[in-house]
Amino acid sequence: MIWNEHYECMERESLLKLQGTRLKEMVERVYYSVPFYRSKLQDQGIEPGDIQSIDDLKKLPFTTKQDLRDNYPFGLFATPRQDVVRLHASSGTTGKSTVVGYTHNDIMMWSEVVARSLTMIGATRDDIIQVAYGYGLFTGGLGLHYGAEKIGASVIPISGGNTKKQLQLMEDFGSTLLACTPSYAAFLGEALAEEKIDPASIKLKAGIFGAEPWSEEMRSQIEKLLRIKAYDIYGLSEIIGPGVSMECHCQNGMHIFEDHFIPEIINPDTCEVLPYGELGELVFTPATKEAMPLIRYRTRDLTRLHADKCECGRTLVRMEKCVGRSDDMLIIRGVNVFPSQVESVLLEMSETKPHYLLVVDRRNNLDILEVQVEVEEQFFSDEVKELENLRHRIKANIASVLGLHADIRLVEPGTIERSMGKAQRVIDRRKLQ
Amino acid sequence: MIIKQLSVFLDNRTGRLAELTGILADNDINISAFSIADTADYGILRMIVGRPELAAEVLKKHGFAVKITEVVGMIVPHRPGGLHKALQVISDSNVAIDYMYAFATGDCNATAIIRAESMQKLIDVLQEHKLELLKEGDVYQL
Repeated sequence: MIWNEHYECMERESLLKLQGTRLKEMVERVYYSVPFYRSKLQDQGIEPGDIQSIDDLKKLPFTTKQDLRDNYPFGLFATPRQDVVRLHASSGTTGKSTVVGYTHNDIMMWSEVVARSLTMIGATRDDIIQVAYGYGLFTGGLGLHYGAEKIGASVIPISGGNTKKQLQLMEDFGSTLLACTPSYAAFLGEALAEEKIDPASIKLKAGIFGAEPWSEEMRSQIEKLLRIKAYDIYGLSEIIGPGVSMECHCQNGMHIFEDHFIPEIINPDTCEVLPYGELGELVFTPATKEAMPLIRYRTRDLTRLHADKCECGRTLVRMEKCVGRSDDMLIIRGVNVFPSQVESVLLEMSETKPHYLLVVDRRNNLDILEVQVEVEEQFFSDEVKELENLRHRIKANIASVLGLHADIRLVEPGTIERSMGKAQRVIDRRKLQ
Repeated sequence: MIIKQLSVFLDNRTGRLAELTGILADNDINISAFSIADTADYGILRMIVGRPELAAEVLKKHGFAVKITEVVGMIVPHRPGGLHKALQVISDSNVAIDYMYAFATGDCNATAIIRAESMQKLIDVLQEHKLELLKEGDVYQL
């Protein structure tokens, strides 16, 4: 099913023309209403008239998360504050949080793209959607909420956490769709088994999971635990929130709603624009946003784009699952390490579950990576040699994937913190020294 | 002949062991024998307790990784050479011991808890040589 066939199945040529018109209009708007962008464009000798089509996008400067922090809280707003009807903010673990604003039209547009996303996986007004993303400053909860209401589904705005209640309502209300972070979905799946709830009494058929990187192995794990189809949704608050792109039933990458969010892939070091199919950093220009339009925002997410038509009929480009974030990426002894690589290894081994923590430290000027892994009760052996054997196998598997030796530390089950929102996977102590 | 032993995986951190013994105390479970195999990162606690199934259940409820393993308790005279004689028998019969620990009970006898690669073979050998084994009924009240 397609929510908005006009935009989702538009001929590529018409779509590029539409993007050009919207970009031109947006650049003009920010030039006259956002002092930050005016001086940035002036510095580069660009005037609004220089932007005539989508081909001119590459002339424009980039925007980074630091620019959002520097203009905290409302410095990048392009509309009077009175027109802003909603504010969201990131958690700000590394300094000031970043704030995003929405006008009434922005909220309508956001609901539209989430409605498209839900329709993409077959959701209709017949569905009951349990939204277990956090409600609040985080965009996950309210983003899914408005889109689900738009398609006329029944929404359970339960927010994150309170696992017992989640399971109870899932059973009592007969939720058919679940929306939350993948790590919380896996946690709910485990809790379902622990509470000895008969999976037959649960009506869930699919889940919409995003807001943190997750692997294909994690997808099969969630699908097995909850007996559902697990779909990937992508988004970030700076662009709109969840609903920037979404996987269709073909599960062949996530369709980017390009009529609103113009994507590019760049080389993160040289900033050169890369062709379709090449791996690089994803950049978005949300051209139709009113309150906070951004020019070429660098997401730090690393992925590839594909423009060939999907079997579902949509012409929108598809982005692959992000292989990591250029800022999540750890450089350990010169080797690039993504937490998702470790997760894949653990999920492939039947003895371990994807509850892990990477601890990076520096001793005698040498980087040390420790991977803490929980010992699953059923695989716990009371013989040291068996546990050491398991430890060495984990170590060998991680070394073959990362190309790096890590110390493996087996820890008690349940001791690695379970996340109700975005999971904390890395502690980098090198930064504190 | 087979005795149920409780094995628990423990993180190497201060206070963890006391948490465990506290839970057993609160549930009125007596510990008869006790041993820890330690590595740099973790320890494996092995113990013989009264009501092992109940003990396993309450510990699991508190988040411990618990396993019930089968061991035998071999009774040997508490005097020089007592243990050696028994071990010689086991060794001569080519039975591989995974681990063992021993404790003295009273003046006359000592008990060795043994886990072997093949438990049946161990029991056969011990019985053949008329070595006394702890019965399940006795051991939990040692």
